[in-house]
Amino acid sequence: MRDFSYIAATTIPEAVALLDEKGESARILAGGTDLIVQVREARRDVDWIIDIKSIPEVNALDYTADTGLVLGAAVECYKIYADDAICNAYPGLIDATKIIGGTAIQGRAAVGGNLCNASPAADGIPPLIVLNATCVIAGPNGERELPVEEFCTAPGQTVLEKGEMLVSIKVPAPESNSSSYYLRFIPRNEMDIAVVGAGASVVLDDTKQRIISARVGLAAVAPTPLFAEEASALLAGREVSDAAIDEAAEAAQAIARPISDMRGTAEQRTHLVGVLTRRALNGAIQRVRDAA
Amino acid sequence: MARRSHVQTTINGETVEFLCEPRQSLLEVLRDELHLTGAKEGCNNGNCGACSVILDGRLVNSCLVLGVETEGKSVETIEGLAEPDKLHPIQDAFLEHAALQCGICTPGFIMSAKALLEQNPNPTEHEVRYWLAGNLCRCTGYDKIVRAVLDAAASM
Repeated sequence: MRDFSYIAATTIPEAVALLDEKGESARILAGGTDLIVQVREARRDVDWIIDIKSIPEVNALDYTADTGLVLGAAVECYKIYADDAICNAYPGLIDATKIIGGTAIQGRAAVGGNLCNASPAADGIPPLIVLNATCVIAGPNGERELPVEEFCTAPGQTVLEKGEMLVSIKVPAPESNSSSYYLRFIPRNEMDIAVVGAGASVVLDDTKQRIISARVGLAAVAPTPLFAEEASALLAGREVSDAAIDEAAEAAQAIARPISDMRGTAEQRTHLVGVLTRRALNGAIQRVRDAA
Repeated sequence: MARRSHVQTTINGETVEFLCEPRQSLLEVLRDELHLTGAKEGCNNGNCGACSVILDGRLVNSCLVLGVETEGKSVETIEGLAEPDKLHPIQDAFLEHAALQCGICTPGFIMSAKALLEQNPNPTEHEVRYWLAGNLCRCTGYDKIVRAVLDAAASM
């Protein structure tokens, strides 16, 4: 593996100062399940690896029904799905954390790392998009926040500027009669990268027959994970029906710009966007109804 | 070259000190510095699970952990499993069920199974198969491994 220096930062200001000083030659280490492979395979030129796992803020995992979730950038997948309250509040996020890699990967990999790695096929990102999550970013000029759907800018690229780091992800408290769902298509049962991924969240009225609002997010059909804005907007106020869900699925297909590669053709992926969007929406609606 | 770091960690219950370069993975430290060659290098990218060890109670791929990250932590490897005169029940079950052929994947499977049974002493077949999905075996077809883990669970 390429030679590099390793620093375990213990505070946010220390990590930010190091990132600011080292610029492009530094990279943050959380779970390492992407970064170590990329450095080993010479896909990232890194001279400095800054381990953030000793910084308290990036290990936050704080949930209350009133304030929602603060998910530290380095919190491993297994800790998220081990928390029953978080499982109940954000089932769509749990769907993703349970299928990112296998057991050994989930013991190290963080959802924040999934976001910063900015893979178009990241399973962790569509659920965050549909849950209206925001990124808390620290940098030399202080803190800023922005919606998750604006964080990734290209494959492997994010909005993070020199000296900036992702500290945590904030997920709003779930509304009543709401739920979420994420699924992906892969040609085997587990341990694979999404051909297409789709997440959905819905808020239903008290009768659970009408959609108050919905959000749809997609993975592996564009250079970045997508928020399907039109598909989401057209569901607001609609009765739950196959027709409404079909319309949303078509609107989601309309924004997909997939490529053909070894995992699937563009045509197959576009088809899958429709199938998976319908399943994600129906899955989220069913979860609201099952919660009774 | 980056300076070698001094690292103190616990491996199979014993305090161990070693020097390593930041770029050395835990797998490389175990095999090349400490001569614990039970964990195997298969893919070196987190797909095959042949390097599985338990780090602070969690199953990890040791090829995806830096040696320097283990400062102050506890590492369990296959070498720590058997007692001097007795195999671990999971090892016995693997032998009884002929759950290995070439053996390269076996230390990883056994550490993965150990981590599973510590967390879930009575797993279903479905749970065993999903838990072990990160460990690849190209000899057995998995069925004998799954039987062995279920049998070990029953006997423990």
